[in-house]
Amino acid sequence: MISRRSFCKKSLLIAGGLAIPLSCLELFDPKRLLAEKDDTGARWVFLVDTRKCVGCGFCVKGCKVENEVPYDANVTRTWVERYIVTKDGKTHIDSPKGARDGFPNKGIDIGHGRLEEIKDDDIEKAFFVPKLCNQCDNPPCVQVCPVGATYQTADGVVLVDRSWCIGCGYCIMGCPYGVRFFHPVFHVAEKCNFCYHRITKGMQTACVDSCAFGARRVGNLRDPEDPVTRVIMTERVNVLKEEYGTKPQVFYLGLSKEVK
Amino acid sequence: MVHGEAWTIKEFFTYPNEYIYWTIQIVMYPFMTGLVAGAFVLSSLYHVFGVKQLKGIARFSLVFSFALLPVAMLPLLMHLQQPLRGIEVMMTPHFTSAIAAFGIVFSTYGMIVASELWFVFRKHFVETALSLKAVEGRSALQQGEYLLFSILTLGAWDISHEALETDERAVKKLAAAGIPVACFLHGYAGFIFGSVKANALWMTPLMPVIFICSAVVSGIALCILTYILTMEIRKQLARRRRLAHPELPSMEELKSAEAHVVAMTSRYLLMFMVAAITLELLDLIFRGYTAVKSWDILRSVIYERDFVNIFVVQYGLGNLVPFVLFLIPGLTIRRAAVGTVLVLLGVFMMRWNVVIGGQAFSSSFSGFMHYVLPIWPDSMETLKEGFFGAMIVAVVPFCIFYVLNKVMPVFKETH
Ligand code: SF4
Ligand code: SF4
Repeated sequence: MISRRSFCKKSLLIAGGLAIPLSCLELFDPKRLLAEKDDTGARWVFLVDTRKCVGCGFCVKGCKVENEVPYDANVTRTWVERYIVTKDGKTHIDSPKGARDGFPNKGIDIGHGRLEEIKDDDIEKAFFVPKLCNQCDNPPCVQVCPVGATYQTADGVVLVDRSWCIGCGYCIMGCPYGVRFFHPVFHVAEKCNFCYHRITKGMQTACVDSCAFGARRVGNLRDPEDPVTRVIMTERVNVLKEEYGTKPQVFYLGLSKEVK
Repeated sequence: MVHGEAWTIKEFFTYPNEYIYWTIQIVMYPFMTGLVAGAFVLSSLYHVFGVKQLKGIARFSLVFSFALLPVAMLPLLMHLQQPLRGIEVMMTPHFTSAIAAFGIVFSTYGMIVASELWFVFRKHFVETALSLKAVEGRSALQQGEYLLFSILTLGAWDISHEALETDERAVKKLAAAGIPVACFLHGYAGFIFGSVKANALWMTPLMPVIFICSAVVSGIALCILTYILTMEIRKQLARRRRLAHPELPSMEELKSAEAHVVAMTSRYLLMFMVAAITLELLDLIFRGYTAVKSWDILRSVIYERDFVNIFVVQYGLGNLVPFVLFLIPGLTIRRAAVGTVLVLLGVFMMRWNVVIGGQAFSSSFSGFMHYVLPIWPDSMETLKEGFFGAMIVAVVPFCIFYVLNKVMPVFKETH
């Protein structure tokens, strides 16, 4: 007869033994390795020309409509920031409602519905900076998601599986760019996905289509002939918050040091 | 209304999608987990290191730790936007995520505590089952009890001297194995925060250690406090029952046992408190000294916006005052009770200041967010993540403890 002691020992051994190969399966998933090596497909990137943005907010509107983010909710997949640097060296920033309606007020929105007036004479420089998910090459949001609901596709876009996300918010905390939020209707993590449903069909993203000034462009980094790729390769582009090691794939032309 | 909007007030420039997403429940989570780990470490002091004086509280804290265990999960569940999918964390472990380790560590720990409890109470299970077996014509209730206790023995009816000694050795081994796992259980709760590089306040490798130390502090404090309270109730009961059963321990006997245990345990409490405060101060000084880019905004949060929460409530009321209370010679039960309540408050505030304080500033480093705890719920969201949600989490372990105490009486020996 099997003694209790040996039964316990054996079952522990079996459980432990099973756990190891199972975790190996995850670590050495051949499909994943193949996908990581696969560099024949696209690598989607974004190019923002801050010198061309006028802060009209059409891109924000276009995105909301295209991607079913409730129009009046105070969250948005993409937004535009306004920077006003005054002569005393201070930087004033705002983005009322993500600039969905542009910037209707001259004063800077400082929260609580209050506006800070800035005299024209005091202004040193002012500009607009559109923001969106950077589709990081090393995305912390994918790293921290406990159930793998946030994942990265082979062409570099980070997506959220709405049917799998448990809504813990870890990815929101993990993203240094503050681009993520909870979708008010689906109650799962939500963010910009470069209009994946459009770009994979050869179309432009909704924000690129709505921008009348050519401040936004989407391109394929693995295609040397792509005009966006050419700009990124040959001109002086910059990325946001490089120090976090996320390897952002949204490139900026004419980025100023004040941009946060 | 989007999630977070109900309780967030924004000031200056914050990114449009930024809200306080991790609220009171995420404060409760490390707090409750800390209590679990702390209670277990306290009971292990007796079982592993043979600190005889702690015998009275060791069983108690072990059962209490088990009662707290399911509650460590509750706040997480209440905070999820998709609570029904919560189980997916166990089903689809994603090994790069700190939260995913939860399932593994948590169940390992649960199994260790459960088996330790079984060995500790096996004798009681067998005796109860045997005595019920002897009863002729059992009532339905007794029959149910008999079945329950027979099942709990798991077929091991041997309570000879040797068998019990083997049990004791098993308890010792399990308790020893449990210490690292308990520390890990809580250390990784600290890791969840410490590894978020996007947050300037959380990002420090010290976070897990700080969490472990304050966990032990809070666990011991809660055990002392609950011990005092239960003893108080027992004293009152004893007064009434002694009229009928003079063989029961008298008020005075209970009182002196209580004073002894409390004095002993509070010495360990003090030790861990010193370690916890040292680490926290080290972290604070280090940040100020190195003053990296984020220090500007951190300083304004720590020294201005959260000054009262951090220095007055957490360090002052929660650390300094109890410290003095415990150090003044001639510790009385009442003083110990006040001290432990303050210690618990201090540890809770530490969690609060880490979780809420860490979200008090925008990742743009140019704006602030203020959290207003929802008191009266006006929706499911404000109920779950408001005052009442937190209260539910706080009360449940005591209910579980009450039930567990029926099956595994922690005070049986003194009867
Ligand atoms: S910008 Fe944020 S949400 Fe987008 S991929 Fe990077 S970390 Fe993830
Ligand atoms: S909120 Fe959803 S997508 Fe984000 S980490 Fe949690 S489960 Fe993953």
